[in-house]
Amino acid sequence: MSLVKIAGLHKHFGTNHVLKGIDLEVASGDVVALIGRSGSGKSTLLRTINGLETTDKGELVVDGTALHDGKGDLRALRQKVGMVFQQFNLFPHLTAGQNVMLAPTVVKGTPKAEAQDIAKEVLLKVGLSDKFDSYPDQLSGGQQQRVAIARALAMRPKVLLCDEITSALDPELVSEVLAVVRQLAAEGMTLIMVTHEMRFAREVGNKLIFMHHGRIHESGDPKTVFADPQTPELANFVGAVQPA
Amino acid sequence: MAYRFDFAPVFEQTGLLLSGAGFTLALTAVGAVLGIGLGVTGAVCRAWKLRPFDRLFGVYVEAIRNTPFLVQLFFIFFGLPALGVRMSEWQAAVLAMVINLGAYSTEIIRAGIQATPRGQIEAAESLALTRPQIFRHVVLRPALAKVWPALTSQVIIVMLGSAVCSQIATEELTFAANFIQSRNFRAFETYFVTTALYFAMALLIRQLLVQLGQRYVVGRTR
Amino acid sequence: MLVQFSTWDIVRNLLDAGKWTLALSLIAFVLGGIVGLAILFARIADNRVLQAATKAYIEIFQGTPLLMQLFIVFFGLSLVGIDVSPWLAAAAGLTLFTSAYLAEIWRGCVEAVPKGQWEASATLALTYPQQMRHVILPQALRIAIAPTVGFSVQVVKGTAVTSIIGFAELTKTGSMLANATFEPFLVFGLVAAGYFALCYPLSLYAKSLERKFHVAR
Repeated sequence: MSLVKIAGLHKHFGTNHVLKGIDLEVASGDVVALIGRSGSGKSTLLRTINGLETTDKGELVVDGTALHDGKGDLRALRQKVGMVFQQFNLFPHLTAGQNVMLAPTVVKGTPKAEAQDIAKEVLLKVGLSDKFDSYPDQLSGGQQQRVAIARALAMRPKVLLCDEITSALDPELVSEVLAVVRQLAAEGMTLIMVTHEMRFAREVGNKLIFMHHGRIHESGDPKTVFADPQTPELANFVGAVQPA
Repeated sequence: MAYRFDFAPVFEQTGLLLSGAGFTLALTAVGAVLGIGLGVTGAVCRAWKLRPFDRLFGVYVEAIRNTPFLVQLFFIFFGLPALGVRMSEWQAAVLAMVINLGAYSTEIIRAGIQATPRGQIEAAESLALTRPQIFRHVVLRPALAKVWPALTSQVIIVMLGSAVCSQIATEELTFAANFIQSRNFRAFETYFVTTALYFAMALLIRQLLVQLGQRYVVGRTR
Repeated sequence: MLVQFSTWDIVRNLLDAGKWTLALSLIAFVLGGIVGLAILFARIADNRVLQAATKAYIEIFQGTPLLMQLFIVFFGLSLVGIDVSPWLAAAAGLTLFTSAYLAEIWRGCVEAVPKGQWEASATLALTYPQQMRHVILPQALRIAIAPTVGFSVQVVKGTAVTSIIGFAELTKTGSMLANATFEPFLVFGLVAAGYFALCYPLSLYAKSLERKFHVAR
């Protein structure tokens, strides 16, 4: 039984057909890496999974909550799907702790004391229990991104979407964020990530999806797919991003 | 008994209204050209810190921006004759509009000039352009292009503000409206139509300045 | 019946009238702020009709002279049978004028909140009102302080126009004094100084707020 099921998904930006019939199933505990050139549709696909991008046609089901042709209960969907952004998007007027507590208290009506416990727990998980009262501008990029992960986790999502979450970081801060993701994967969290970190995708992922011109061009186990690309496009892409 | 609107007595005076509107547009045109010219001068003095003009323009800008246009107009028309400076109603109106727009556009254009990226000037210097050449080609044109929307809005504000020039009997649109309503006793209808005319003129000026800007300011720099 | 005015008499009369300028400015600013907030919420509401109506409201007030707005309020209110004093018309007219400008300034502040903040809060399943209340407005408020203080200068200056519908504030009193004393240069100079004394501190404050905000960012 798959946790995320996408069938016949289409999306246009004006006259530009960006998703041309996507079929995808993700099982609970899967770690999926979405790769491809810019403009291939990988980020758009990721953003449709929690309704940030509307779709024109097709079906999306996450843990029993469905969108048909882009219509359905968005808020129910979003409570099951967490998301972490390239630019962190922390709320600058709230402390790390308040960032994490906001959605549980406001959306789920969790009592404040309980939300505080949840916040402490998830901040501990990302290694920032001492930063509860820090504001985003007092944190490094890597720390901000870890708070953003904690903020998503506090909603107890079934799936976590990661949209190039290390691309805006200075090189020396990338590993602390990847370590958190690696740990989540080890704990059995279902992850779908758009990434340029090919080594990380191969090491942590159990499913690789190569997007090309709005379609899933090739997919499979990362280790075999990287070692033996079946299409010239993927071979080209892998060669370009990973010389040697 | 409910009031019955009657616009006919207003439309009978369409000619008068239109000539008033024409006068307002003429005042605005002269005020805009001279005012923006003054603004460029002031902005250059301020941005380049040309002593003592930068200070003088600084005082001028603050004095104008922190007092009402109507008071500036009264000061010019009623106050200056005490110093022997006498002028007609329309001259006073134009002078007040130029001085007012000059102050605001000094600040607007200065902001545009100071937003010029350092690298642009360094690139021009490395190509051996002289300082005036750099200013004209690399600084002023892009600065004007950047602030053109703000200047457009300011010209419209000055045009709308010129309604108070009726108080010194400049024969512009509001003066015409005052005259008409004193004759037909249809104050509401008269001012309603006049307001609509001002609104149309504001749209017209915006369109015109957007077109002019695209052709002569933005177009050549992009 | 010629009354002799000393310079001190002129100053005293102008100071007295200045209180009315100050009172009208405060009323217009506070009431305009309240109405403006309502306009703002309608302007950014998830409702096309409200959006279009408030957009038109703002464009009309920003696209017509304040003097015409005052005339229409003054003569319009008397048409519906309300006995309008210049004071009431001035307060009502300036309130509407202020509300339109503040609503537009504040809308700009709401739009200045980065798109990522909307996306992040949407992703956390917040509803539109929740996004507004907890994420967008607190940030927009910080952005709004400096331009709002800056606009208060326009309100103070706008009160001068109410002299034309007969409200005896600073400018009107100045005109009467200029006629009575035959010293227009002195009187209008003092009137201008009075406005400057009210407006310049506000301008300086707005500028310092703006600088502080840019450093904080």
